Amino acid sequence: MTARGRLVLFAAGAGALFLALLAASARLPAGGYPGPYGTVLNRVAVLERHTTDVVAAVTYDYRGFDTMGEEMILFAAVAGAALLLRRTRSEWTGPEDLDHLPDRSVADPSDAVRVTLLLLVPVAITFGAYLAMHGQVSPGGGFQAGVVLVTAPLLVYLGTRARLLVEIAPGASVELGEGAGILGYLLTGVAGLVVGGDYLDNFLPLGRLADVFSAGTILALSVAVSLAVAAGLAQMLISFVEETLRQEG
Amino acid sequence: MSLLRHAILLLAVLSGTGVVATRDPVAQAVTLSFHGLVLSTLFFLHAAPDVALSQVVVGAVVLPLMFLLALAKVRRQRVTRPQGRR
Repeated sequence: MTARGRLVLFAAGAGALFLALLAASARLPAGGYPGPYGTVLNRVAVLERHTTDVVAAVTYDYRGFDTMGEEMILFAAVAGAALLLRRTRSEWTGPEDLDHLPDRSVADPSDAVRVTLLLLVPVAITFGAYLAMHGQVSPGGGFQAGVVLVTAPLLVYLGTRARLLVEIAPGASVELGEGAGILGYLLTGVAGLVVGGDYLDNFLPLGRLADVFSAGTILALSVAVSLAVAAGLAQMLISFVEETLRQEG
Repeated sequence: MSLLRHAILLLAVLSGTGVVATRDPVAQAVTLSFHGLVLSTLFFLHAAPDVALSQVVVGAVVLPLMFLLALAKVRRQRVTRPQGRR
């Protein structure tokens, strides 16, 4: 088929798609959200769980079991990436096995880059800790906190050499953190069983609305998830840059 | 607020087209990062701040980073073994 023929075919298909999209968007319900579940949650969740962040209540309390499955997905993905990118000592065949051209060395970042990025590291850590601890009172929660926390070693890696990344986040600590996060989530669920309720029951004292230590297990699960996510993503970053480390010695 | 939503939606469409139109994969990581940032603003304007927080880091930092690291690994193969199948 000629290029012009392809263009005509694409134009016809795109025109039809555009008209269909227009018709569909004209039939969207006016006035935003129509369904019942959001309204019910807004009315019920604040008083039932003493939390002002209904999204966190749904994620860690009403649907805590689904979040457990999601953490397992992240864990499996990180384990898979580390498995695929592993390079044992016996497979190291010499200088041509490096991750870049042998005559080009890895350049040091400039001083401006280093200062700016390293000044942002405490900002990232503080913000991540704030998000992890305040998931039940403001937008945030475990996953958001975890991804913000992982930017701290990432900033160090980008601002300095790759060896510093492994020095501040050694493989053993990262694996320990990931396992501790996942185990914390599972054990909080089991603790719900131990005190006589259901698995992942919200058994801790609910506290006063908009306090940091409120909403029961939502805080505990949020902290566990943030630890698991931060350590998991750091593990993935380390397994990618291990090749560069070999050249730097 | 509705005008701002439509404007950011249009910007998301344009930046997405820009990602596809960028030819060099390394430059594509940068446009991908900008697209992630625009999407995060879109989520925030639709009253979903939790998703916007995740999207800022995942879409604008982690995804382009994985992209660049994967590119670095693939390019090593192609450069040091030129006699292989291209």
